[in-house]
Amino acid sequence: MAFELAGVTYETDEDGYLMDLDQWNNDVAKYLAEEEEVEMSEAHWEVVNFLREYYDEYKIAPMIRILTKAIGKKLGKDKGNTKYLYELYPGGPAKQACKIAGLPKPTGCV
Amino acid sequence: MSEKEIKAKTETPMLDELKTGPWPSFVADLERYSEKKPAVGQLLGQLEQSYEDRWNYWQGTVLNVDGYGGGVIARYSELGEQYPDIAQFHTIRVIPPPGWVYSTEKLRELCDIWEKHSAGIMQLHGMTGDILLLGTDNKTTFEAAEELMEKGWDLGGSGPALRTLACCVGEARCEAACFDTMALTKHLTDNYISELHRPELPYKYKFKLSGCANDCAASMQRSDMPVIGTWRGAMQINQDEVGKFIDDKGIEFVIDNVLTRCPTNCISLKGKTIDVDNDNCVRCMHCINVMHRALKPGKDRGATILIGGKRTLKIGDTMSSVLVPFMPLKTEEDFTKLTDLIDSIWEFWGDNGLEHERIGEFIARVGLGTFLEGIGLEPDPQMINQPRTSPYIKFEELTGSKIDGEPEHNPAVSNEEGEMAEKAI
Repeated sequence: MAFELAGVTYETDEDGYLMDLDQWNNDVAKYLAEEEEVEMSEAHWEVVNFLREYYDEYKIAPMIRILTKAIGKKLGKDKGNTKYLYELYPGGPAKQACKIAGLPKPTGCV
Repeated sequence: MSEKEIKAKTETPMLDELKTGPWPSFVADLERYSEKKPAVGQLLGQLEQSYEDRWNYWQGTVLNVDGYGGGVIARYSELGEQYPDIAQFHTIRVIPPPGWVYSTEKLRELCDIWEKHSAGIMQLHGMTGDILLLGTDNKTTFEAAEELMEKGWDLGGSGPALRTLACCVGEARCEAACFDTMALTKHLTDNYISELHRPELPYKYKFKLSGCANDCAASMQRSDMPVIGTWRGAMQINQDEVGKFIDDKGIEFVIDNVLTRCPTNCISLKGKTIDVDNDNCVRCMHCINVMHRALKPGKDRGATILIGGKRTLKIGDTMSSVLVPFMPLKTEEDFTKLTDLIDSIWEFWGDNGLEHERIGEFIARVGLGTFLEGIGLEPDPQMINQPRTSPYIKFEELTGSKIDGEPEHNPAVSNEEGEMAEKAI
């Protein structure tokens, strides 16, 4: 599967996750967010940017606890929990936020 | 996998072998059901192909109901062309009532919803403790989940989260239960529903609750934190019933099946009565199971909290070992003490555990001493792996004289007065 944006073709897997992570940019993120029916606010970008930074450094998506703690530190304790993340990304931070941030698809249940 | 062309199967000779045994067979069940649902027939076809090629044709993916981070186990078939009806074949986990006590009305409702939206296969109950509902696609998963929730069902746990709890029938139907397993299961589920629905732990965490050491929920082998009912003090003996039992079964039966099978030999026979050395009794339940009219658990009841059971991952299979030897579990207050303990364990493990590291593996890595210190629990000689044989605690005053050059004292496991010390009563 693939989609086209401003003349560039982006390959995705069957669930719409970006195949080449280096192709990611803000416009791609906006497109992927639209596909997920997520309206990107400042708060949404903060999560996506954190995921990108973390991935650049460690080459792995952060554990959810690291994400909630980082957000709690930045935005206050009341937001440092999974409930806040799911309000932003109802489909789950692992699924939707990672997809929009252009990270690889998280694997199944186990 | 080899590049050979795979065709959809119409015959399943290997699966048919499974129908020939003396036991009920899932193959026979599914074949019967495939007349109604073609997807089920295709499922058998793919399984036969898997047996032939020794290859798993399922591929994991992620599918979440809004607001949930788990509960749906999503699978795509790699043989979607050959078996189009199972190209997407997802499983929904649903939380069952504690003790699996249903009304027939609710079961019918569940079956109707499931037949309407999916291949209609149900597993009551999976190893996870959930009701497993198999065979939805990317669209019907949401339709089914919505209808389930409208009727008051809720999705179970999956991924690095608290998993759906399971318990034995407890006080509802069993006189041996030493605490109300169903009430505690409900309490923990309600209390930790966020952790159940939205993964935030290093890896899965399972509670299983058994009312006594018979451990009908098999909590020792298959849960990270088993809660197993036990008692303090003397067991209850009705000597009249002991006499009747001996008259009925004969003295040899009692010797062969009760006395000699007591793991600590703490029962002695005096005429037509028995005497139990309660200090040496390890509460294994064997004598109570055999002479259930004559013997009963003691009156001061509660539970032992254990930790660390799991299957092979980073280290081999482990069974749980004792964390808190005895904890009363009768009141709200008792329940709160337990959840305080759980909170401190999750906090320490959450901050220091590696990704995909079960609590048992975490303890094996950091050491029990560090772990106890981290969660603020005072070490206790009753924290044991197995009664009598392997206490974790080394008794310095009982060890032999030190060889020259060895330090005078081994470093203490923990000297600090933990806040939670009163738990280890």
